[in-house]
Amino acid sequence: MYNMVTTISLWAIPAIIVLILLAGAVNRVPVYETFVEGAKDGFDTAIKIIPHLVGMMVAVSIFRASGALDYIIKAISPILTALQIPAEIVPLALIRPISGTGALAITTNIIENFGPDSFLGRLASTMQGSTDTTLYVMTVYFGAVGIRKVGYALKVGLWADIAGAVAAIVIVTLVFG
Amino acid sequence: MVNVIWMGLILIGILVAAITGNMEAINEAAFEGAKVGVTICFGLISVLVFWLGMMKIAEEAGLLRLFARALGPVGRFLFPDVPKDSPAMGYILSNMSANLFGLGNAATPMGIKAMEELQKINPNKDQASPAMITLLALNTSSITLIPTTIIAIRMNYESANPVEIVGTTILATMCSTVVAILLDKWFRYRNRHHI
Repeated sequence: MYNMVTTISLWAIPAIIVLILLAGAVNRVPVYETFVEGAKDGFDTAIKIIPHLVGMMVAVSIFRASGALDYIIKAISPILTALQIPAEIVPLALIRPISGTGALAITTNIIENFGPDSFLGRLASTMQGSTDTTLYVMTVYFGAVGIRKVGYALKVGLWADIAGAVAAIVIVTLVFG
Repeated sequence: MVNVIWMGLILIGILVAAITGNMEAINEAAFEGAKVGVTICFGLISVLVFWLGMMKIAEEAGLLRLFARALGPVGRFLFPDVPKDSPAMGYILSNMSANLFGLGNAATPMGIKAMEELQKINPNKDQASPAMITLLALNTSSITLIPTTIIAIRMNYESANPVEIVGTTILATMCSTVVAILLDKWFRYRNRHHI
C-alpha cells in the first residue's frame, strides 16, 4: 500500500506532462509556442490575486496574534469535554477553514507532542487531510475573476468544514478508538 | 458576508489586544500577514505559469474536450447550467481529478481557469454564479484520495504506519463533500424558488 502510494505521487505529474505533450504532437499543435501563449496568463492571474490575499491574510494574522482564538477555544472547551471531544483538537478544527499554514503548524505540533500513532495524532492527520482552507480557496478563486458578491458560497464551505471535522472525530474514534 | 467576517476578524482582534494589552503583537501581525499574502502570490506565479502553459497545449490538442465528455454525467449532475461542450467543463473536471490525487499544485491553476470560463458565461459579473459556488464547494470540501503532505509529516515523525490514515481521511472527506454537494443543491433550489 505504502509503496503504491509513493509510486503514484512520484509518477503522476511526469505522466500527465508526457500525455499532454504526446496529445499535442499527435494533433500537430505547435507545442512550445502554445505553451508560452498559455503561460502568459499565469503571471497576470497571480498579480490579480495579491490585493485579495493580502487583505485576508492581514485579518487572519491580526485575529490569531491577538489571542482571540485562544479565548474562543477556552470558552467552548467545557461543552466539548462533555461531548468527549479532546480539547487539543479544537484549535485545529477552528483554524483549518481560515489558515492553511496555521492548521499545518498545529497538526505538526500535535504529532510532535503526542506521536503520529496516538489517537490525537491520527485524528489530527485525518482532519488535516480531509478539509481545506475555505477562506483561502475562496479568496484565490473568486479574486482571480473579480467576484465580489459570493452569495451562499461561504455558508456551504463552512458547513462542509464542520461536517468534515465532525466526521473525522467520529470515524477515527470508530476505527482507532 | 465576507465583508462582515473580514471586518469582524480585524476589529475583534484589535479589541481583544486592547483589553489584554497585546497591541505590539497586532502591529507585527498586520505587516507579517501582508507579507505572507504577497509571498503566497509570488509562489503561485511559477506554478500558474507552468500549468496554464501545459493546459493550453491540452486544450488545443482536444484533451480537455475528450476529458469533459468522458466524465460528462458527473459534470452534468453537479453543473446542470454549464453547457456540456463548454471549455469550463474540461477545466472543472481536470481540477477535480487533480484534487483527487492530491496534486494541489496542479489543481489551483485549473480551478482558476475554470472560474474564468464560468465568468464568461456568468450574466452578472459581480456576483458568483451557482456553478462557481458549486466549484468552490467541491474545492473547499477537498475530495482527496492521497493526502501527501500529511503522509510526509507522519513519516518525518517515524510513524509505524504513515499511510494508515488514508482510509479514515477518504471517509471523512467523502462526508464533507457529500454535505457540500447537498447544501449547494439545496441553496440552489431555495434561491430559484423563493427569491
